[in-house]
Amino acid sequence: MRLEPIPHPSTLRRTAPPLIALAATLATAMALAAIAGANPLATIGQILTGAFGSKLAVLETLNRATPLIFTGLAIATAFRAKLWNIGAEAQLYAGAIVTVLLGTGAITGPAALPIAALAAIAAGALMLLGPVLLKTRLGVDEVVTTLLLNFIMALFVSYLLEGPLKDPMGMGWPKSPALITDARLPRIVDGLRLHWGFLIALIAAAGVWVIQTRTTLGFEMRATGANLTAARFAGMPVNRVLLKTALLSGGLAALAGWSEVSGLKGHLSADLSPGFGYTGIIVAMLALLHPIAVIPSALFVAGIFVGSDAMSRAAGVPTYIADMLLATALLTMVTAILLTRFRVVRQ
Amino acid sequence: MTEILEIFLSASFWAAAIRIASPLIFATIGELICERAGVLNLGIEGIMVIGAFTGWFAVYSGLPLWWGVAAAFGAGAMFGLLHGTLTVPFGLSQHVVGLGITLLATATASFTYRLALPQVTSPPRITPFEPTAIPGLSNIPVIGQALFTQTPLTYAAFCTVALTAFVLYRTPLGLALRAAGENPAAVAAQGLSVTAIRIGAVVTGSGLMAVGGAFLTLSAFDSFFFEMVNGRGWICIALVVFGAWRPGKALLGALLFAAFDALQIRLQQTPIGTLVPYQVFLMLPYLLSIAALILMSRRATVPAALMQPYNKGER
Repeated sequence: MRLEPIPHPSTLRRTAPPLIALAATLATAMALAAIAGANPLATIGQILTGAFGSKLAVLETLNRATPLIFTGLAIATAFRAKLWNIGAEAQLYAGAIVTVLLGTGAITGPAALPIAALAAIAAGALMLLGPVLLKTRLGVDEVVTTLLLNFIMALFVSYLLEGPLKDPMGMGWPKSPALITDARLPRIVDGLRLHWGFLIALIAAAGVWVIQTRTTLGFEMRATGANLTAARFAGMPVNRVLLKTALLSGGLAALAGWSEVSGLKGHLSADLSPGFGYTGIIVAMLALLHPIAVIPSALFVAGIFVGSDAMSRAAGVPTYIADMLLATALLTMVTAILLTRFRVVRQ
Repeated sequence: MTEILEIFLSASFWAAAIRIASPLIFATIGELICERAGVLNLGIEGIMVIGAFTGWFAVYSGLPLWWGVAAAFGAGAMFGLLHGTLTVPFGLSQHVVGLGITLLATATASFTYRLALPQVTSPPRITPFEPTAIPGLSNIPVIGQALFTQTPLTYAAFCTVALTAFVLYRTPLGLALRAAGENPAAVAAQGLSVTAIRIGAVVTGSGLMAVGGAFLTLSAFDSFFFEMVNGRGWICIALVVFGAWRPGKALLGALLFAAFDALQIRLQQTPIGTLVPYQVFLMLPYLLSIAALILMSRRATVPAALMQPYNKGER
């Protein structure tokens, strides 16, 4: 018995996996609600209205989706080239730190915002540069190094917030001073709690799509991911491609930190990211690593988080249901892709 | 300098090092078994969490301590079965499935904990394993107190290493398992099932990882809290590389690592601790793991078929 790829999958086969994952997520949500002693259908309803039921809810979901689009793009870019960047969390914080360093008065005027963004990109890119150089030069597995850097970065942020970056007016709270107005991202529409970071995230998705499908670099990235040996044999500078991929991926993840600090929070704190870097992996996988599909995927994931929070307050089902649902969505998605694109051959 | 020397000469330091090493030994051996069979198990972090929770919850619900260990093993084995099914016969990406298992296992632990104990503010406690002195041996100065006045679960960790080394290198099963990670086609040519061997390895390995997690709640501490595993699983993956995929060397790596960890905790209380921010000390274990990976990179003897799904009849 073995698996054999189906040469030309039909439209049905290609559209089925997301639907199967969605159905499995719904079924899990109902089962977990029943276990927790709540009404399954009412729970689903509460999650949906909590995420999309009112103008306020939609804005909250869009705000939550913004950093997830950036980290989702970062992961999608890296994973496409089979560069296993699990360190988006650390790269996000690198971007956030630089934003605070430059945005609290070091630079003033209209240049403050773009300069902080570019510096954040550079910081995030540098964060990933080390692990990738270790991978290409010494063959050190980047999964473990990027993962461990997340923990090192969390401690570094904690040190900064208790030491050099501590807000003297913060009443003892470990947070940085607030950004000056010049370094803040304005709201898209006055009075609506949604900042420009969301639109920039959409532009970034389009940008990554153009790079992946319309440039030589994008082709080389995909070729490296599909078959590294073949790409090298074809004369591609595989190591340089991985390096460029890393710079792009790290930069995108850092933009999540920049956008959260500049657009939403206005300062750095240790709880700036509730795991956006890790959740980006789910966002990217649910989008099948397609940069444009990252947008609906991030909205779906953000919706589950925001909706579960609201539902949990009302129905008493633990808010960790969100993580359960996302894990289910991720695992059923990859399984469904396999089952729809391959067939079992008996020998 | 004298402070550091004093630390090294105290029995309590070495006892602490061995205590810190114990969960890492279980989990590192678990990961090693998976990887020797050809499967990278990134579910380790989550499986340690579910092990820590299940073991604690079983004892909290009134079961004896050893039943808690068994329950943890069972929970880990179940997640291992899911991991093995998705990665071995289905051949899905071991990176993606592993991270998915970590998320699923962690979420299951958090969800169940909140469901079972909705209103607790401080984590409820259990009576954990007591240190048991081994008669005779525990009277040896320094070494006796460090090595032979540990909890039974620590002794079990050392036995696990010996047993694993024996099975891997001295039994047909071990030979088949190692071959599945080096040359699966040769295993299939012998009429053995690569799928069964690999799934078996992942299930057993995951069970051991969960016992490593349970050590934290049943032996090192006496309650369960979120974030308690705190990257130990990822460190164990580094330790497998550092140990060159051999149980003995992996044990040595875990002990060395734990000694450094125990040292940084004690250094925080010396005059050095007032000069250097405490976060730097807490970073050391992670920095050390990265350093170990770099150090071993040139001599890596990685199993040849690691992360390569085996599809029978495919060339």
